[in-house]
Amino acid sequence: MLKHILTSLTGGPVTEPAPAPADPALAELAGKLDKAAKARLGRSLSIREVDAGSCNGCELEIHALNNPIYDLERFGIRFVASPRHADVLLVTGPVAHNMREALVRTWDATPDPKWVVACGDCAVGGGLFTGGYACVGPVEEVLPVDLRIPGCPPRPVDLLAGLLALLETSAAT
Amino acid sequence: MYGEEPLFGLLNRIGTPVEGHRPWPRYRLGRDGWLRLIEELKGNAWSLLGLWGEVRAVHAAFREDFSGDVAVVSLDCPQGRFPSLSAVRPAANRLERAAHDLYGLTAERTTDPRPWLDHDSWGVRRPLSEQPAAPVPNPGPYTFLPVEGDGLHQIPVGPVHAGIIEPGHFRFTANGETVVRLEERLGYVHRGVEGLMQGRPVAEAAKLAARISGDATVAHSLAFARAVEAALGIAVPDRAVWLRALMAELERIANHLGDIGAICNDAAFAFMLAQTSQLRERVLRTADSCFGHRLMMDRVIPGGVAVDLPERGTGLLLDLVVELRRRFPPLVAIYDGKASLQDRTVTTGIVSAELVNRFGAGGHVGRASGRDQDARRSPGYAPYDELAFEVPVLTEGDVNARVWVRIREVEQSLSLIEQIVARLPAISRGLDHPSVPIEAGRGGEGMALVESFRGEIMTWVRLDGEGTVARCHPRDPSWFQWPLLEAAIGGNIVADFPLCNKSFNCSYAGHDL
Ligand code: SF4
Repeated sequence: MLKHILTSLTGGPVTEPAPAPADPALAELAGKLDKAAKARLGRSLSIREVDAGSCNGCELEIHALNNPIYDLERFGIRFVASPRHADVLLVTGPVAHNMREALVRTWDATPDPKWVVACGDCAVGGGLFTGGYACVGPVEEVLPVDLRIPGCPPRPVDLLAGLLALLETSAAT
Repeated sequence: MYGEEPLFGLLNRIGTPVEGHRPWPRYRLGRDGWLRLIEELKGNAWSLLGLWGEVRAVHAAFREDFSGDVAVVSLDCPQGRFPSLSAVRPAANRLERAAHDLYGLTAERTTDPRPWLDHDSWGVRRPLSEQPAAPVPNPGPYTFLPVEGDGLHQIPVGPVHAGIIEPGHFRFTANGETVVRLEERLGYVHRGVEGLMQGRPVAEAAKLAARISGDATVAHSLAFARAVEAALGIAVPDRAVWLRALMAELERIANHLGDIGAICNDAAFAFMLAQTSQLRERVLRTADSCFGHRLMMDRVIPGGVAVDLPERGTGLLLDLVVELRRRFPPLVAIYDGKASLQDRTVTTGIVSAELVNRFGAGGHVGRASGRDQDARRSPGYAPYDELAFEVPVLTEGDVNARVWVRIREVEQSLSLIEQIVARLPAISRGLDHPSVPIEAGRGGEGMALVESFRGEIMTWVRLDGEGTVARCHPRDPSWFQWPLLEAAIGGNIVADFPLCNKSFNCSYAGHDL
């Protein structure tokens, strides 16, 4: 154990440099955030993740953001347990009807100003699950969506670029 | 073993074999035959492999564990009713409730008639039946089982949980800190996968199969592909068989690494997660370089595989094996030597051997409680018959045993990858990707058993004459593990629930479909 800690201390960080904030994401966000919101957020974001019918693939890659290689927290972005502490809802899945109410209630519990990020092809456009009896479809049919991160699932670098764009835009004055 | 009649012996007497069902037989039973089967199930140990409905019929699959014989039984139910198996096979109950919610089939004399997947939010009842019905006006709340006693309180949790995990509802009844009962309510991520598959060409349905449970995308794709190939009598190219196993073992390692770390993290030992999540990332990156997708989604397809390994792939894989063999054992030593960690995992969340056998639970949940079953070995499938590997089995049944089974499986999978990589060059590359076309115009029924990192997946498929999916039922291992989590947490403290839950890591999406 001690040896491991020593190697970790002397070995230097394993964390990789950040990707550039995603351009399309930046463009999508520009103009969406008013001044009051920017002032309030400063340079930190608290995210509440909501699985609204995901296959769990998106969750795996969101998890990866917390590993030491992507280390999301170094940017002041962190995942929180309660929507009441969140600025951002990161929503995955084609919004199963069985999750719709829970999603809306989570949104209601999130204080203003708040943003919704649709994560993954399912959340962005319904994915392969449109047309059935069990799913509503894209998140935007239920909540106003501010940022879309496509991919099935999005790679951690794409997630990081999208979230950084959100941070940059919200922090710019 | 119990002086019982062999599975096939009984079914040949009470049922009629159905043509064109592969690789195991399917028998059509009359109502009397079905009742006779229930009688017989009381006294024998045949494992339930699945139970699923379709329009006016119900099917169930069984395995005689010691001989490895597998059979499907079917009962026509023109009145939409069938005698329930739940009294003799408790694992059938939730599957029967699902068949009721989707197809309107009623299980007579069931042990629990409550709805399961239907939460009164679809805007339709029994959506896959011949005559879907209007929703119930003003549906009442779901009734949880009554719990009575002095000093008991209830703690409802979910569907949205504190972490980045899938949604489900847990109703704890506790006496002080001790859990007296846990009742699960699932179905929140029901996306209607079975309904969406119906009428789709095989290639499209395969994409849905790949998204049944994202963490087991390779295994579910493989189960679907092998069921389709069985139905059509297709043999896939040799190279594809080996590449499939390679992907399946990478997936197993990636998941076990992530979960071992996450279990320790739930025991407040964050160091382990920080370490194993790096190893997991290493596996995913190798998968990405080799197959073009970190989770290898849509890489196993009916007929073969969608991509071949690039020339440099074998080198990358061997590097990965070397690196994991260097970095993983010291972490295992730390797990083994940390008293504070062992204090949380040893004797926590015990599942008895009797229960895993009664529910036919597979994977690390079954194998940590003495159930020596692995689909790669029995019934077995290629190429595992040509590979050397051990199936680790422990008997303690606690969180610690589940961790150790996973640790041992990581080691076994590393050896399997090494063996596969050594064999690959000798197997002709052939075309740019090894697969055979799935021709339209043929039908059939097929079934496959595949060992995912979580346990055994059973996928059953019927293809119609146009080569589209008439009915597919993918049964995730979680169906038989979720009920045991309720038992595992009984008598433990509420604070140990995350630990127990993570050590199981049942799939919500794979179960809810
Ligand atoms: S986008 Fe892909 S990975 Fe994400 S939930 Fe949908 S199917 Fe799963």
